[in-house]
Amino acid sequence: MEIAAPAPAEPTTSTLHKLLRMRETGLIAIILVMFVIMSFASPYFLTWVNMRAMVMAFAVEGIVVVGMTILLISGGIDLSVGSVTALSMVIAGWLFLQGIDPWVASAIAIAACTAIGAFMGFFVTRVGLHHFIVSLAIMVIARGACLLGTGGRPLGLYTLPPEFKFIGQGTIGPIPLVIIIFLVVVLVFDFMLRRTTVFRKVFYTGSNEKAAAYSGIRTKKVIFLTTTLCSALAGFAGIIYMARFGSAQPTFGLGMELNVIAAAVIGGASLTGGSGTIFGAILGVVLLSVVSSSLALLDVSVYWQDIIRGSILLAAVSVDHYLHKKRG
Amino acid sequence: MPDDVILRISNVSKSFGAIRALRGVDFELRRGEIHALAGENGAGKSTLMNVIDGILKPDSGEIVWDGKPVRISSPTKAQKLGIGFVHQEIALCPDVSVAENIYMSTTNISRSFLMDYKGLEAKARNVFRQLSDIDPSVLVRDLSISNQQLVEIAKALTLDCKVLILDEPTAALTEKEAQVLFGIMRRLADSGIAIIYISHRMVEIFDNCDRVTVFRDGQYITTCNVDEIEPADVVNAMVGRVIENLYPDKQALADKSEDIILDVQGLTDNKRFSDVSFQLKKGEILGIAGLIGSGRSEIVKGICRLDGDVSGDVSLNGEPLDLKHYQDSIAAGMVYLSEDRKGDGIFLDMPISNNVSALKLEQVASPLGLINRELEDGQAERLGNKLNLKCGQLSDSVSSLSGGNQQKVAIAKMLSVNPKLIFLDEPTRGVDVGAKAEIHRILRDLARSGVGIVVISSELPELIGVSDRVLVVREGRIGGVVEGDMITEENIMHLASGLDAQELMA
Repeated sequence: MEIAAPAPAEPTTSTLHKLLRMRETGLIAIILVMFVIMSFASPYFLTWVNMRAMVMAFAVEGIVVVGMTILLISGGIDLSVGSVTALSMVIAGWLFLQGIDPWVASAIAIAACTAIGAFMGFFVTRVGLHHFIVSLAIMVIARGACLLGTGGRPLGLYTLPPEFKFIGQGTIGPIPLVIIIFLVVVLVFDFMLRRTTVFRKVFYTGSNEKAAAYSGIRTKKVIFLTTTLCSALAGFAGIIYMARFGSAQPTFGLGMELNVIAAAVIGGASLTGGSGTIFGAILGVVLLSVVSSSLALLDVSVYWQDIIRGSILLAAVSVDHYLHKKRG
Repeated sequence: MPDDVILRISNVSKSFGAIRALRGVDFELRRGEIHALAGENGAGKSTLMNVIDGILKPDSGEIVWDGKPVRISSPTKAQKLGIGFVHQEIALCPDVSVAENIYMSTTNISRSFLMDYKGLEAKARNVFRQLSDIDPSVLVRDLSISNQQLVEIAKALTLDCKVLILDEPTAALTEKEAQVLFGIMRRLADSGIAIIYISHRMVEIFDNCDRVTVFRDGQYITTCNVDEIEPADVVNAMVGRVIENLYPDKQALADKSEDIILDVQGLTDNKRFSDVSFQLKKGEILGIAGLIGSGRSEIVKGICRLDGDVSGDVSLNGEPLDLKHYQDSIAAGMVYLSEDRKGDGIFLDMPISNNVSALKLEQVASPLGLINRELEDGQAERLGNKLNLKCGQLSDSVSSLSGGNQQKVAIAKMLSVNPKLIFLDEPTRGVDVGAKAEIHRILRDLARSGVGIVVISSELPELIGVSDRVLVVREGRIGGVVEGDMITEENIMHLASGLDAQELMA
C-alpha cells in the first residue's frame, strides 16, 4: 500500500547513460584526444620506443597508486609513500652491501615497510590520530632514516646479480618485465576490489565508518589493513626501482606522494572515502604521464610541467565536484 | 478579514527537470495564527518553504506580502521582509556562545572593529526573557538539542520577523520539551507573528495549531480550521485515499505464546544502565519507551554488543549467548536497526543491493570470498519486493530514494540475515504516513511469523499503536511494564518520568 509518491529524481538510466557518466569514460576520451593531437604534433610520439618509455615511466609508480587508491577508498591517506619507497631501496641495498643475498635483503626491506604501515595503522586506529598527521611524520622520519643510513649518497650496487636486475631491466619477448609485474598487480587488485568480500568491506568502511561498524564490520581492522597494504606496496615498488637502477637512492621519490594521490583522485577516488576504482586510478596515472611525455616532446620547460599537472588535478576535481552536486 | 493576511501565495509552480515539485499551489497565512503544513515527504512542503525563503525561485505564480506583490530573490531578501526560517537541521556554531550565534548576522554587518560581547549577551538575555532561561554566555556545544532548537528560534526572532517557519522542530525533542515549545509558539502568535508549522505528527497539529493546509504530490489539496475536522480527515487528504487503520491489529489472544525468544537478566554496563531484566515472547511486539537520555537505546545496543562493556545474561530462544562483538550478535540472529539512518544505518552513496548485503556478505559470496553479483542483486530484489520498495534500479545509490524507501532498504538489510530477533530504534523516523503504516504492518507480519520484534520509539502514539507490551525505561532501569489496555500515554509518561499522575497534571 505504497502511496503514489513522486517518482525518484532519476530519468531513465540506460546502460549507455551510465557508461557516459562514468569517470573512466571521460578519462579515456581525454587520453585518446591527446593521443590524436600528439600524433600530429610530434612524429616521435606514436612510436614503440616512446610508448614503452612512457609506460616504463609510470609502471612502478602505478603499483604505489594501487595501494593509495585502496587506502583512499577506506577513508585514509598516506603522505609517506615516496619516503617509504626510498627506504625500501636503501634497506635492501644496505643489507646487500653487507653481504646478504639480494632476494633475502629485498624480503626484509618489504617486511620492514609493511611494519611501518602497521605502525601507522596502529597510531591511526588505536591512538586515534589522523592519517594525514601520522603519515606526515613517517614521511619525514623515513626520509631521515634513508639519509642517515647512506650518508646522503646513493649506494652503488654494481655487484647485483643479473637475475635480480632482470626484475627491473629484463624483458619477456618485447615487453619489459616491469610492465608485466605492473599489469599483474593492477589486474589482481582491481579484481579483488570489485569482487571480494574483504575489499567490499573497505568500501563500506570508507563510505560510512559508523554504518559499517553497525553492520558488524570491524572498521579499525579494515583501516589498519589498508594502511599496511599501502606501505607494503610502496616497499615492493622500491625493490623494483632498485633492480632497475642498480642503485639505492636515498632522495628518490621526493614528491611522489602528490603524484600518486593526484592520479588516484583524477581517477575518481574520493578523499572522503567510499569511492574509487583501480582502473580509474591507473587511467589517472596514464593521463598524467601522457601529459608529461607530450610536454617533453613539445619542448616545454620542465618547470611548466608541475604547473600544468597541478592545474589538471584542480580541473579534474572541480569537474567531479560539480557533477556530484548536479546529481544531488 | 483579508487585511489580516500577511502572506499569500497564488498559483506557484516549480519544476526540477522532469519532476514537478509544485503545481500551481495556493497558500494563505494570517497574522497571529499557527498554520500547520501537512503532507507526505515529497508533497512539496519544503519546496514551498524554500520558495518563501528565497532559496528557490518559482517558475511561475505570485507571492503577495502584506498586500504587495514581491519577488523574494534570496534568503537575505526574505529576512529583510521579516521571514524567519528555522530549519530542521540545527545550523549553529557549536564552539561559540549562544549570544554570538544569535547575533551572527548582526555581527556580520556591524561596522565596529571590536566585538562587544557584553552588549551581545545583554541583548540576548533580553530575547530569551520570553523564551527560556538559557544563559547566553554558554557555548552552544554545551546545550541540549532542545535548547539548541530554542537558540535557532531566538535567532529568527531577533530579525524582527513577522513570519516564522518551523520545519519539524519537535523531531528531536522530548514530549515535555515539545510542550514548552508549543507554549512559546502560542505566545509569539498572540503577539501577532504568523507561524508556519511543519510536522508529521497529527497530535501536535491538532493540539497546537489554528489551521492546517494539506499538500499532496506538489498540489494544494485543502485548508481547514483544525477544530472543524478530525485527524483522520487530514491523513486521508495527505495520502489521497482512506486509510482505515493507521496501525495493524495487535496480537490476538489466541496467538499468545509462552515461548520466550529473548531473555535478558541483570544486564549492566555500570554507566548508563544497570540491572535490566526483561523477556520477549514469541509473536508479540515489545515496545521500549523512555525519555531521551534514559538509556533505552544504550540497553539494546548493549545486548547486541554494539558499544560499551556489558555484563549480564542474555539468551536467545533458550540458548545462552556469549557475545564479544556485534558480529557475534549478527551470527546469532540478533540485529539492530539504528535510530540515525543517515548517520549509521545505511551507506547513502552506495548501491541499494550493496546496502542490503552488508550484514552478511558471505551469504552472497562463494566460500573463497568472491561476491556473486547475481546472488547479491537477487537478494536485494527479493527483499525489496517483500517490503514493497519503490526504486529505480538496484544499482542506484540509496540517496536517490525517499526517506521511507531508504528505511525499507535499512530494514531489508536486517532481514537479509533471516534474523531471529530485530531491535528497531525509531523505525519510522522521517518516514511519511503511508510508508509508516506499511512498515508497521511488516513488523506485525514478522512478529506473527515468529521473528522477535522490539521497537524503540519516542513517538508515544506509535508505541501504543504497535506494541503488545511496553517496557518503560527510566534512568537506566526498568521503570515498569504496561500491557494491553494499560498501554496509554498517561501510564507510560508516569512510569518514564517517575512522577505520579497527579503531579503530571499539575
